Amino acid sequence: MSIELGHFALILAFAIAVVSAVGGLALWRRGPRLAQVLGQAAILQFVLVALAFLALVQAFVVSDFSLKLAVDNSHSLKPLIFKISGVWGNHEGSLLLWILILVLFGALVAAFGRRLPADLLNLVLGTQSLLTAAFAGFALFTSNPFARLPSAPFEGTDLNPILQDVGLAIHPPLLYAGYVGFSICFSFAIAALISGRIDQAWARWVRPWTMLSWVFLTLGIAMGSYWAYYELGWGGWWFWDPVENASFMPWLAGTALLHSALVMEKRNALKIWTVFLSIITFSLSLLGTFLVRSGILTSVHTFASDPTRGLVILSILAVLIGGAFALFALRAGALRQGGLFAPVSREGALILNNLFLATAVGAILVGTLYPLLLDALTGTTISVGAPFFNLTFGALMAPLLLVLPFGPLLAWKRADLLAAAQRLVGAAALTLFLTILISALGGVSISMAPIGLLLGFWVSFGSVAEVIERSRLGRIPLRDSLRRLIGLPRSIWSTALGHLGLGLTVLGIVSVTAWESERVTTLNPGETTQLAGYSIAFDSFGTVAGPNYMAETGFFTVTAPDGGLANLEAERRIYAASGMPTTEAAIQTYGLSQLYLQLGEPIDDTHVVRIWHKPYILLIWIGALVMSGAGVLSLTDRRLRVGAPRPSARSLPEPAE
Amino acid sequence: MKHVLALLAVLLTMAMPALAVSPDEMLADPQLEQRARDISAGLRCLVCQNQSIDDSDADLARDLRVLVRERLVAGDSDAEVEQYLVDRYGEYVLLNPRFNQHTILLWIAAPVLFIIGALGLLLARRPSTKNGSLTDEERAVLAALEDKPPER
Repeated sequence: MSIELGHFALILAFAIAVVSAVGGLALWRRGPRLAQVLGQAAILQFVLVALAFLALVQAFVVSDFSLKLAVDNSHSLKPLIFKISGVWGNHEGSLLLWILILVLFGALVAAFGRRLPADLLNLVLGTQSLLTAAFAGFALFTSNPFARLPSAPFEGTDLNPILQDVGLAIHPPLLYAGYVGFSICFSFAIAALISGRIDQAWARWVRPWTMLSWVFLTLGIAMGSYWAYYELGWGGWWFWDPVENASFMPWLAGTALLHSALVMEKRNALKIWTVFLSIITFSLSLLGTFLVRSGILTSVHTFASDPTRGLVILSILAVLIGGAFALFALRAGALRQGGLFAPVSREGALILNNLFLATAVGAILVGTLYPLLLDALTGTTISVGAPFFNLTFGALMAPLLLVLPFGPLLAWKRADLLAAAQRLVGAAALTLFLTILISALGGVSISMAPIGLLLGFWVSFGSVAEVIERSRLGRIPLRDSLRRLIGLPRSIWSTALGHLGLGLTVLGIVSVTAWESERVTTLNPGETTQLAGYSIAFDSFGTVAGPNYMAETGFFTVTAPDGGLANLEAERRIYAASGMPTTEAAIQTYGLSQLYLQLGEPIDDTHVVRIWHKPYILLIWIGALVMSGAGVLSLTDRRLRVGAPRPSARSLPEPAE
Repeated sequence: MKHVLALLAVLLTMAMPALAVSPDEMLADPQLEQRARDISAGLRCLVCQNQSIDDSDADLARDLRVLVRERLVAGDSDAEVEQYLVDRYGEYVLLNPRFNQHTILLWIAAPVLFIIGALGLLLARRPSTKNGSLTDEERAVLAALEDKPPER
């Protein structure tokens, strides 16, 4: 019964979305009264889709095996959290989650957007409803999550064991919130193009949404990377897999958008480019979510989908993305540019940032799609793998990282490069000193290591240089310095922290790439092996029963160089329902470094054990957390005014040009 | 879903989640073994999802790893081993595509995009300076304004 209610709610939401889309896009000049109706419709869409989603969750929680989706992806013995996360561990359910987040963002715009000009709001909500209509329609007509089975089996076939992890509970919702959040930027861009009006108020509105989505996407990607790292079992954390690239491209484009929207908000320049980036970023998000489902990237798409489904989704993408770019081509000329500036200025630096980031997006897009296109056009099959992406992406990022610390130190309009350089002398000296010291002590295992270290330290120290200088640390009493630090504008803090996070991630990547050590050996209980100063003893081996799997567990004791002891358990599991084997690595954290231990297939009667020492690997994800924190900090800045702004003369939208 | 897909994809193609290089495959000579590892990291496991044979657990990957080591022991150079595999499996086996007529567009894509972007920026700047819409007087006023301390 609740399943039919959910199904009905989704149909109703689809119908309302269709009406809202037509109404908003065709009648947008009707002003505040239409805006009121559209706002209520947006909130109603959210309520209805939320009902549909809850109905699906309920069916999974009570193991209602008359629901086809639950049979295919659930099992009555599965722990509760995996029953819930199993809702989106498949094509139909994850599509519904995607739609839920889409209507949530629409409702948020409706709730917080009352101060927007009514025409703009009509267009934004209309576009947002168009997206909802397209994807709710896609779900209803080709991927219905509410399909019932005529005769219900007693037990489900279980979710893929590798997905039975908290990673699945957290990673997709975060990632989707990031992807879908960019739909707001997209809708605002379409609204600006249709109405032909765009001003600084527009940028002030778009930037918090971009920031929010970017924070979610950053966390989602970092979370996914850590999940792959501990679950896949060979200690890799980034594979340049097409699916990863698909999530990385919107992140890069979103990063560029954050910076260009800043220029537009502060200086009223780069308008056309910002609108263009808004469209690009969401288009890449759509590609990221759906290209992998279309069957085009056959190598990575695994949610079994029939050709019609792929064709439908491709048509939707083509119409939405193609339509947006056609509109852009027609209307971009109507948007007036403003804000002159010299090449050496904050604006100039941010444009340089955009040039590098946009090129990186283009390069990754070409690298990801090239093998497909080449195969389709000439029949030649080639592989484009990690070595290519490392080289291309690295070559683009190195100069960006090199100039990055200068950006925030330059003034708007026209800046003094020499003065900025002087303020970075301390950071440069410290960077050189540490790079030489570490390269000498750690040994240079790969030639790129010192360059990587140099860039990582430079970005880290360079980003905090301004904060430290402004606090006048060491020149005035410490107490006064701290007071100055606390009093600094949040925008300065968030810039410094965001860039510091990037520096930390770079340092983590360099460290683990250059100084990782590995030991592959056969080991029996009672034997001991050594790696990077750690002594690893294989204590015993036994069989342990889990809730829905059987595990062979190896028990290890690790003695750290400082004498500390740790007990590790590495498992090889067989899941009862699917008979599918998985491995669970044992990971022990020492400061920022980790020891990663994997129990392999037995050879004859001995066990194969693989151990990696990963120095400072946690910096990779800590850096991402710091970046996200910086984004959150920026959102709390009063000047960004996320949420309902308090009435004040300055927050009124500026008149259109 | 990205990693879910990656995880699934990787998993579905694994025969067993055994692990990559096994001790019984390794060569006694550490230098030769290191070369084998480096070469393996650049070779695609043909039945896997974007995995190198060094990372993969598939039976085919194991066969290829053993093959690489056999060639090295036989005295082949790194390039010869690579060519040996390309001759048998095609360029698809190389994770780092070679520079040739098929891949020229791939390799020049990034530099070309960058140059187009940079040129676009230069051209976009020109009208604002060459427009001639400003008189010399206006320029002087502007210059004076710009010399004032920047606003924060």
